Formats: sequence, structure tokens, C-alpha cells
Amino acid sequence: MTTKNIKVLGPGCKRCQTTAEMVQAEADRLGIAVTIEKVTDYAAIAGWGIAATPGIVVDGKVVHAGGLPKAEDIDRWIA
Amino acid sequence: MTGCCSTPAPTPVRHPHTAAWIAGTVAFVAVWFLIYGQLRPAADRIVAALPLEPGSPAAEALTFFVYDTPKVLMLLTLVVFAMGIVRSFFSPERTRALLAGRREGLGNVAAAGLGIVTPFCSCSAVPLFIGFVSAGVPLGVTFSFLIAAPMVNEVALGLLFALVGWKVALTYLGFGLGVAIVSGWVIGRLHLEGWLQDWVRNVRAGAIDLPVETVTVVDRIRAGIDAVKDIVGKVWIWILAGIAAGAAIHGWVPVDLIAAIMGREAWWSVPAAVVIGIPMYSNAAGIIPVVEALLAKGAALGTVLAFMMSVIALSLPEMIILRRVLTFRLIAVFVAVVGLGILAVGYLFNALFG
Repeated sequence: MTTKNIKVLGPGCKRCQTTAEMVQAEADRLGIAVTIEKVTDYAAIAGWGIAATPGIVVDGKVVHAGGLPKAEDIDRWIA
Repeated sequence: MTGCCSTPAPTPVRHPHTAAWIAGTVAFVAVWFLIYGQLRPAADRIVAALPLEPGSPAAEALTFFVYDTPKVLMLLTLVVFAMGIVRSFFSPERTRALLAGRREGLGNVAAAGLGIVTPFCSCSAVPLFIGFVSAGVPLGVTFSFLIAAPMVNEVALGLLFALVGWKVALTYLGFGLGVAIVSGWVIGRLHLEGWLQDWVRNVRAGAIDLPVETVTVVDRIRAGIDAVKDIVGKVWIWILAGIAAGAAIHGWVPVDLIAAIMGREAWWSVPAAVVIGIPMYSNAAGIIPVVEALLAKGAALGTVLAFMMSVIALSLPEMIILRRVLTFRLIAVFVAVVGLGILAVGYLFNALFG
């Protein structure tokens, strides 16, 4: 099984932190191998085209922007 | 935080418990109105039961506090819940798509209007700013959005409506949008794109391709509940502080003093209110109980609204955040333009509503 590359886009706010933890927790629960990378640089965040943080990128594709994600959505994105 | 369902449903079009959720929402609103109607008599009874002389400053202050605290918190809950549902129809990305390439003028009007309904949190101000500008939203239009979003929001409007009256709330809406539209337009006319930080001008937004999520009615109700948890959980302390300040004004600050400082006769009070408001930082929830108390003590409406707009729209923390994308000169222009707009609103108001 390949490891999924997940980026959490956000300047380091509390929600971004929580989002990263949620993704890790869901991945652990489902037994999916992931590497989580936090992107905090504003220019890099903007480069992904999102206008609200936190954003989530799974294997190079933006799946979420703005607000805490829902656990069931995370399951779908990383599955 | 935790998943509600044991098996992740493959994007449900209709939630199985839709009817139950809607019924629950209706029941909640009904109970809300029942309790809300009982607040005044309950507050009077509580204060009457205390060993305070009726009509004394302490009794006045306490009545204000005991009545306003649950009232404001309840109102806030209802308004934030409703707006949470409305906002589930909007997103910053969608707003940006609507505004990208827009001409100035109409673009400023659209941006200010969208600023009211688009979910916005000041922690997201910088990504939003860069996201807008790099996607081709004109600078002035972006500013219209950034000015309107924090200033004209459901918390400010809902509380003004409930505590001060619908006329003031509507006028605040109109003039708040006016300040955002005109200030953004002026900043756009000045062509200050060169005053952005260098790196901001070089950002090219990647094409965004968010998957289309099906959002059910239940999702929207839950968005409303989440908004309540998030916003009321964050601002209740501000509200208590604001109501305590309002109660103190109500009980102990003499009418003559307020009328002399913030009355219509004092021409200098509007600029003073704006200048004092800049370093002060509070959100709408904290400032409106103070506004209510000041108005009751004979302060002029225009002066009070100018103060309120200045406290909310021009804040030091926000400027510090924006400093990362704007040069100092551009921030100075921003403060000057918005400050002048608020000043004009204050004078106009005092002249119109004598």
C-alpha cells in the first residue's frame, strides 16, 4: 500500500492544528499510512488557490478549504 | 469532532433523520421564544428580591446586567444559528469566483454585500487577501470585502436590532456597507497595487478544483449549531465585559457628562470617538451593550455609531495581521480612508437624526 501524502494548509492557527490531528486520528483508525505535512507559508498556501484556511490537500489535490472538516469527510478523502 | 456514523455514508443526498432534525430545530426556536418572553419579569423579580433601594444606581446597574446578559446571549445564539445556516450556502472560494475580474464600482458593491454572508474569520484574513488579489479580484474590491466582512455582520446587526431598534440596525447596515463600498472604491482609484508587499504580487493562485459536496438540510442545521458553539463560545466573555461596562454607565455615569462629551452639541466628539476607537479592540458583541447604555444616557446616535464602527473596523490586531501583506504606507491609507468614511457617517447621522 502506498503512503498518502497529505498537506494541511494553514498559518498555524488552532484550527489548522486540530485539523492535522483529526486527519492523523482518522488515518490511524482506518489503518491508512499517511504522511502529514503542514504548510504554513502564506505564499505556498495561496498557491494552492484556497481563500480560507485550514485547507487539506490529498496527493496533490485540494479537497477542503475553510473550517474544521468532518470526520466522515476525511474518511472519504483519504480512503 | 467524532464521526456520527459508524459506517461512512457515500455522500448521502438525504439524511435519514431529516424530519427529526427539522422538528428539533422548530422546537428549539419555540422554546427560545417562550423563555425570551419571560426574561424581563424574571430580571425584575430577581432584583426586587435583593436588598437594594429601587431606583438607586446599584439597582439600575444590576437590573441592566441581570436582564441584558441572558437576553444578549440568547439573541446571539439565535442570530448566529440562523446565519450559520445561511452561510452554509456561501464559501470564500465561491465569493472570490464571483468577484474575480469584476469591474470596480459594481464590484465594490458586490464585495461589500458578499462580505456580510461569506464565512470569514480574521485568522483567515491573510490567505483570503492573497487568494483574492492573486485570482484577479481588484485591490479596491478586495478591500471592500475586508472592510464589510468584520464590520457589517450578523452579530452587530442582530444585537443592534434587538437592543437599540430596527431603525438603527438598518441605518448601520446601510452606512456600514456605504463605508466599505466607498473606501474600497477610493483605494482602488488610488492604484496602490505597488504598495503591496513584494512577494504578494508574485503569488499566482493555482487553479482550484474543490470537489462538489452534496450538502443536506441536516448538514446545514449542523453548520448552524457549529457556528453557535464556535462564535458564542468565543465571544461570551466579551459580552459579559461589555454588559458590565454598560451596566456601570447605566448606574453611575451622569447623563450630563455623556451629553456634554458625546452629545450633538460637541462637534469634536465624532472625530474623538473615531480616534479613541482605533486602538480599542472588541467585537460587535462586546461593544453593543455599551452603545445601548450610552444612547440611553443621551449620547448622539452618529457619535456612538462612529465609535462602534471605529472599534470594530479599525483594530490594531487586524492591522498587525495585514502588515504581512501590505506595506506600512498602504495600511496608513486604509486607516485614513476608512476613518474619514466613518467620520462622515457620524456627522451625517447627527445631522439627519437630530
